[in-house]
Amino acid sequence: MAVETVVEGAPERRRWLSILAKAPAKDVIAAWDGLAERPAYRPLRAPEIGMVLVRGRMGGGGDAFNLGEMTVTRAAVRLESGETGIGYVAGRDRRHAEIAAAVDAMMQSADLRPAVEGAVVARLARGQDERRDTAARKAAATKVDFFTMVRTRSPG
Amino acid sequence: MSASAPATLDLAEVSPAFDDPTRESQAVFRKVMDAVARPGTIQDLAFAPVAPQGLDRAAGAVALTLFDFETPTWLDPALRGGAAEGWMRFHCGCPLTNDPAKAAFALITDALAAPDLAAFNQGDAKYPDRSTTLVFQLPSLEGGAQVTLIGPGIKDKASLALAGLPTGFWDQVQANHAKFQFGVDLIFVAGDRLTALPRSTRVTLRGD
Repeated sequence: MAVETVVEGAPERRRWLSILAKAPAKDVIAAWDGLAERPAYRPLRAPEIGMVLVRGRMGGGGDAFNLGEMTVTRAAVRLESGETGIGYVAGRDRRHAEIAAAVDAMMQSADLRPAVEGAVVARLARGQDERRDTAARKAAATKVDFFTMVRTRSPG
Repeated sequence: MSASAPATLDLAEVSPAFDDPTRESQAVFRKVMDAVARPGTIQDLAFAPVAPQGLDRAAGAVALTLFDFETPTWLDPALRGGAAEGWMRFHCGCPLTNDPAKAAFALITDALAAPDLAAFNQGDAKYPDRSTTLVFQLPSLEGGAQVTLIGPGIKDKASLALAGLPTGFWDQVQANHAKFQFGVDLIFVAGDRLTALPRSTRVTLRGD
């Protein structure tokens, strides 16, 4: 049975963890390296690579089914000021997971939050919106509208 | 999961574990393996990280190395609900059980209040290896009543003088040995030292 770690401060914290998890590793690393000041932290759980089973639900009314497994890297770090952050990210980039955990910890601290909120979290969220928008446009361009001619047979 | 376990885990209370999980857990595994292969020898785990309150470093190192999501673990009441439980849930990810007969591992810090060895999983005829491995945390591995050990891994004989065990404990160990192939295996830790008694070792008290 899995250990449950309940996300506190949900849904706000859930939102930024989701952004960090889904962002491409290179964007996260670039955003982190671009910070003027990075706080010191020590690992609570060194980054480790594993697999999670992704489950889905058809329509919303359907039963849950196993969609497949995906590779996930997780890490947990503690800042010197005491905040603990966790990072679960898609893919197998250890540094991505560690940075996600450090950003999560900084977002929980009133002092450190302004440094990362705009420069990392909002920046990654914008990138995600752009990618989603591009994908939606490409999909929309190939959309075919089917319509049915009005039946002409007169009611008998 | 143990009924007393809190549903949520407060990460702020969890202290770090191994700095380098791969190498350190391999080193601990080697020490445990040597201890089981050569009953009566005392292994040194001085490199182990500091464990949370209630656990000695050697006990924490054994937990980090051997316990995982596939090993239901029985914690004695002194450890339940404390810092050690949260630490193990986070770092080992092991499910906790209140039923000694379902446990793959048991971690006992209060040997005087521990259940009888026969209360734990004794293994079954097809898989005797699935019995419980008990980890006893003792005040010292020396200075107690001396016992003589004979069996596989021991040339002639060896001896141990574990401190802090309840009276009648060695009777339980002898009964455990008599059931071979069934029975539990025992690991004893104190501070950063470790020794082990597999079920194959025959134990005699001085004077028997």
